[in-house]
Amino acid sequence: MRVNVNNPVLVKEVKLRFRSLKSFTGILFYLIAMSIFVFGFIFLNTSLTGTGFFRPEQSFLLFGMLTFIQLGLILFITPGLTAGTISTEREKQTLNILLTTSQSSMQIILGKLSSSIAFLVLMLVAGLPVYSLVFLFGGISPGQLGLIFLFFFLTMITVGSIGVMFSTITRKTIVSMIATYGTMIFLAGVTAFFFLITIQVNMMGSGVNTSPAPFAHFWASINPGILIFTLLNPTTDNFVNEMTQIDFPVWAGFTIFYVLVTATAITISIKKLRVNMKRSK
Amino acid sequence: MIEIKGLTKKYGSFYALNDLNLNLNEGTVFGFVGANGAGKSTTFSILATLLQPTAGDAFINGKSVKTEPHEVRKQIGYMPDFFGVYDQLKADEYLDFYGASYGISVAKRAELIPQLLELVNLSHKRYEYVDLLSRGMKQRLCLARSLIHDPKVLILDEPASGLDPRARVEMRDILRQLKGMGKTILISSHILPELAEMCDEIGVIDGGRLIAHGSVSDIQAQLKGERLITVKLKGLTDRAARFFEEDPFVTGLEQYTEKHMITFKYRGSEDDQMRLLKHAMEGQLSILSFAEQETDLEDVFMEITRGVETV
Repeated sequence: MRVNVNNPVLVKEVKLRFRSLKSFTGILFYLIAMSIFVFGFIFLNTSLTGTGFFRPEQSFLLFGMLTFIQLGLILFITPGLTAGTISTEREKQTLNILLTTSQSSMQIILGKLSSSIAFLVLMLVAGLPVYSLVFLFGGISPGQLGLIFLFFFLTMITVGSIGVMFSTITRKTIVSMIATYGTMIFLAGVTAFFFLITIQVNMMGSGVNTSPAPFAHFWASINPGILIFTLLNPTTDNFVNEMTQIDFPVWAGFTIFYVLVTATAITISIKKLRVNMKRSK
Repeated sequence: MIEIKGLTKKYGSFYALNDLNLNLNEGTVFGFVGANGAGKSTTFSILATLLQPTAGDAFINGKSVKTEPHEVRKQIGYMPDFFGVYDQLKADEYLDFYGASYGISVAKRAELIPQLLELVNLSHKRYEYVDLLSRGMKQRLCLARSLIHDPKVLILDEPASGLDPRARVEMRDILRQLKGMGKTILISSHILPELAEMCDEIGVIDGGRLIAHGSVSDIQAQLKGERLITVKLKGLTDRAARFFEEDPFVTGLEQYTEKHMITFKYRGSEDDQMRLLKHAMEGQLSILSFAEQETDLEDVFMEITRGVETV
């Protein structure tokens, strides 16, 4: 069966990215590091403790740690892969030629974004066999893994869209990188801090949460770390709901916010790609 | 084919382009002459739909660059003055990518790519990485790229800049072939005699304004209000010098006794010049040659732009 990928930028980018030795070594070292971690953890919990077996609770702990490592990887690598997509073309003086072709701004932006995401997906998929080792010892359901990967994918697309947007609206890659990493730090770190602050503010006076705290729920909902906690351990979701007095699942808030951010970032990128043109079909 | 109406581009209070008007017929090769920063690249960028004009509009085959940029892009092949290439991409893949970007089918691309590489003499580099090609080869490849969708109009911004003499000659030969194919070509260059050789019309731009436009001979004729004439004699230079000095249209006469040569500027008409020569022959001056010195485009450009600066 012949797959018709009708996006020249995507085809070209994928070709260039997968042809480079850098990509191959990146995946190789990622898998080596992951294997050392997994096998090292299993080794420590079996041979060194003298028990000789690996309990499902330990397997779950390993899965949780791997999940957070993968999340960290996504948040760390995605800006690096996307924040230079357009600005690098501008710096290398290839953008003007690309903009005089018949390709629409949408095709160019989506081609750039999807090629970067494709590389990240490959990285995650390549790590799946190592990741799946936890199934041998129980404690995790394939559905749970699938759900986590789904949210990984959404996070990737959102952070990637933000990277492409900054790459389009700033002239220099370095500025775009700083802005994208800054946004990523805000989403992953600052929001958790704001969540704690707003909860504390809400508890002031009475010492307990009696009134709803929508801002606190909002900050918790857009933090990918808290989301992963709720997916790994559903009681965390109840904990957030109790703390904020708002009965709304964290994953739903996360999905709505990230989809909106993605749509906005992609729209801005498309509008701003051909900066001086009033109309671009 | 190309119609430019009152095209203006302002950056703050600075006019990069000021009320440019131009009409070019199909198949014309138009040379754009101007110093750095004169407005050539701004004009080309607007025509290539990369810049929005502050005022005015330009039409390519009836399509407005302001309101129908997508349609304009299908009609033009653009080669910027500075451009980069992608690493890790071979010459045929480079052309294939741009072919796909213009929506050309895979089968058609497979047919076109060898032909284009042949046209720009790069068939032997088909499977080489483009970032490893020489500057001249990259320029030729970029030209082939601009032709992939068979555009009616070619916009070439300094296509020969930075090339060695051999590469320049090769580029010029390719452009001649394109002219033979009936393409409408807009080309800018600092190498003015090159333009004279291949352009049907030239336009001189300075300070964002088109200060002269016409055929190469028309532009040269604008300067011919004062022609430089060289007379070579067989002896008796002093007598000849006195004779020519008496003519009211002669100025700036210089005498080179040892070389038996006189040069002077002549302001009269061609008929006056003919009469002068006839009188000189009748006056028994031993004239070996009486020649008007060719004014090349460099002189034309210097003369026209000098006039503008002093205004």
